[in-house]
Amino acid sequence: MDTIEFEPTSYHVKKSADGPCLSIENFNLWYGESQALYDCNMEIQKGQVTALIGPSGCGKSTLLRCLNRMNDLVDGLRIDGRITVDGFDIYGKGVDVIALRKRMGMVFQKPNPFAMSIYDNITYPLRVDGVTKKSILDETVERALQQAALWKEVKDRLQESALGLSGGQQQRLCIARAVASDPEVLLMDEPCSALDPIATARIEELIEELKGTYSIVMVTHSMAQAARVSDNTAFMYLGRLIEFGDTETIFTNPKKSRTNDYVTGRFG
Amino acid sequence: MTSLNEQMPPASGAAGAAGVAAKDAVKRRRVRRFSADLSAAGEPALWGFGGALALGIILIAGFLMMVLYNGATTFWPKPIDRIELSDGSVIAGVERRGTIFRPDLPRLDPEIRAEVEANDGFAYRTLYQTANFDLYGDDFQWVADFETESVSQPDDFYYFERQTWGVFVGRIAGMQIAGQSMDYDPTVFAREQRAARARFNEIRQIERNEIGRLNHLIERERLNQRRALLRQGEEAAAPEIAASQERIAELQAEFQVLQARVNEIRALDQSYRVTLEEVGGRSIEPEISQIVRFFPANTIGFTDKLGIYFSRWWEFVSTEPREANTQGGVLPAIFGTVAMTLLMVVFVAPFGVITALYLREYAKQGRITSIVRISVNNLAGVPSIVYGVFGLGFFAYTMGGTIDQLFYPESLPNPTFGKGGILWASLTLALLTVPVVIVATEEALAAVPRSMREGSLACGASKWQTIRYVVLPKALPGIMTGMILAMARGAGEVAPLMLVGVVKLAPALPIDGFYPFIHLDRSFMHLGFHIFDVGFQSRNSEAGKPMVFVTTLLLLSLIVAMNATAIIVRNRLKRKYATGQF
Repeated sequence: MDTIEFEPTSYHVKKSADGPCLSIENFNLWYGESQALYDCNMEIQKGQVTALIGPSGCGKSTLLRCLNRMNDLVDGLRIDGRITVDGFDIYGKGVDVIALRKRMGMVFQKPNPFAMSIYDNITYPLRVDGVTKKSILDETVERALQQAALWKEVKDRLQESALGLSGGQQQRLCIARAVASDPEVLLMDEPCSALDPIATARIEELIEELKGTYSIVMVTHSMAQAARVSDNTAFMYLGRLIEFGDTETIFTNPKKSRTNDYVTGRFG
Repeated sequence: MTSLNEQMPPASGAAGAAGVAAKDAVKRRRVRRFSADLSAAGEPALWGFGGALALGIILIAGFLMMVLYNGATTFWPKPIDRIELSDGSVIAGVERRGTIFRPDLPRLDPEIRAEVEANDGFAYRTLYQTANFDLYGDDFQWVADFETESVSQPDDFYYFERQTWGVFVGRIAGMQIAGQSMDYDPTVFAREQRAARARFNEIRQIERNEIGRLNHLIERERLNQRRALLRQGEEAAAPEIAASQERIAELQAEFQVLQARVNEIRALDQSYRVTLEEVGGRSIEPEISQIVRFFPANTIGFTDKLGIYFSRWWEFVSTEPREANTQGGVLPAIFGTVAMTLLMVVFVAPFGVITALYLREYAKQGRITSIVRISVNNLAGVPSIVYGVFGLGFFAYTMGGTIDQLFYPESLPNPTFGKGGILWASLTLALLTVPVVIVATEEALAAVPRSMREGSLACGASKWQTIRYVVLPKALPGIMTGMILAMARGAGEVAPLMLVGVVKLAPALPIDGFYPFIHLDRSFMHLGFHIFDVGFQSRNSEAGKPMVFVTTLLLLSLIVAMNATAIIVRNRLKRKYATGQF
């Protein structure tokens, strides 16, 4: 039984500058009888932003949610192929899903802060991990909030309910919560779809700042957003990964005609 | 609605091309037909729904008003009427209620008969509480209007509430203070009555607390002897039994001292008496200590009436019943109801919530879980008496019987847990109300958004941590709502309790000063059963009737109070978890 040995989340810092941190190999996925992903192959580079684009129902969210095994909650799910983190198969036998998720922060489509104080929201990943030392928690809250560019706005009301924040602030709080355990990869599932343009711009700035520290995989509906913030872009269609490459190539000189049709707005 | 439809044709006409007149006409006709169709507009249905709601509200409001009015007025002091009847006799009593009836015509005087016949054979009669049960053998008397010669309200009539024999209505003819006969003097009598009541309460206090404690200790020694005998055999236990006998002898000496003191007070009490004379001239001479409360019903002022009103309420909620529950208070019943309900919540809350958690969060959703779910829902519809039978058979006889054999063999054949008791009653009610809690909890859990759970899981929380820190706090107000519903149902349930532990008159409360302080094996009194017993099972249901309303009012207020408390707690929790700590 090969268990992935993760270092304690609060201490691991060593992140080499380049090379793939996540690779998806011949990945297929079925929801019951219907196949949702066909034979996907992709490598996600360390410290870069990778965008997944494609029309609705093409499987980009499904693929994203496979990366931290959130799809385990779905009944009747079946997979085939490999997803590896630093060479370990995350769907392999004996994998500690909880440890995996601690390595992969996730931000959802709609802001989902818990009904707790701002402070408790951010320390949640640490507290479920058993960290109780006040100094570590305080330090983490400040670092995470600063990384999420929220520190200045909320530093005086950390003990107030997180539900009192605006939508954009809540989403940044969720980003702060995702980076609190200092993960390696940030998974973002359409992080701006519930936000107005100004809040969206702030989140995009934030993504710009966070890359380098974290490898970011984001699903987006907006091609403009993908073009603005991502280094690499994957275009998916009907469960297949049509094309994957650096963003500039995908948007200006795609190899496949279908990609060209989509990015130029001919369909989708 | 109609006006909107009427506006439509011109609007559509303006929008449509002016040249297409025929098409326009067709459109206009269709719109007009629609607006004319009453059933399509749904108006009659609306009236029906509104009417049904109004009817329901009127019925409930009417019921509550009736209980409130009758309950609130019962303790108000009423005047005493002195009625001279046409046959020459005289009665005195408090008017209770009036009704029309059909007198037995052939037995009436020709003159009265003509009058009654003119009235279609009906006459009016009034029920008087003549009281004085010890002299008359009845508390009430019907008096027809045509028998009544005159009605007056003499100033010297008093209303006495007595410790035994119920109410006495009549005059005070004289009194005997410390053996000395003397004329009635209101100040002296009022003072002596208070002193006599103090003596009475002292006797009670000694008998109940001190002698009660001795009895308890003696009984324990006796049980210890039996236990030693059962466990060690006759010879081995002999020294222990001898020591125990010695202790019993000591206790009995103590008992003798107390008994002597009680007898002394009783002897003193005998020399303080009052002579009461009923309207017909017969008199009785009870001890003054027998008079619980007295007042000159026809001359008493408003302030004094108010005082009596509140003192009666206080007596009602703070003392024990007397006179077969038709007089006195209901404190043991209030205590029993609250204790049983709270105990039920203690059982039902964890059981229901854990079951629902498993069913909703852990069990694989499929055919078996839906069968379980349907069964749980159906359990809520089982008649409560069935639960009572189950509770008696399973809890009291089977479980209780086994407990008795294992832990209380010394008191057999007297059962300890092997009979109805507050523990078995609250377990039975917990079983009865657990479906309500399960259903409410399941709904509350299902209402927690998936995004919350995913957010928690994505943070690296385990499933249990997610449930514990995110799902349960979010679902807690909904769970509390289920608990409140269960509590309301449980507190008002009577039928199953009659089988598993409720009694007409409990000798002791389930909680007292004797080790182990909480006696879950004891039977208890319950307000719901009290209503049934006082109103419909007592020797004199007319006397108990006002108590039915007062007790109903009290039970309703108690349930409202318990629910209000639970709702306040729920709202507090809601606020607390909105800002939430671990």
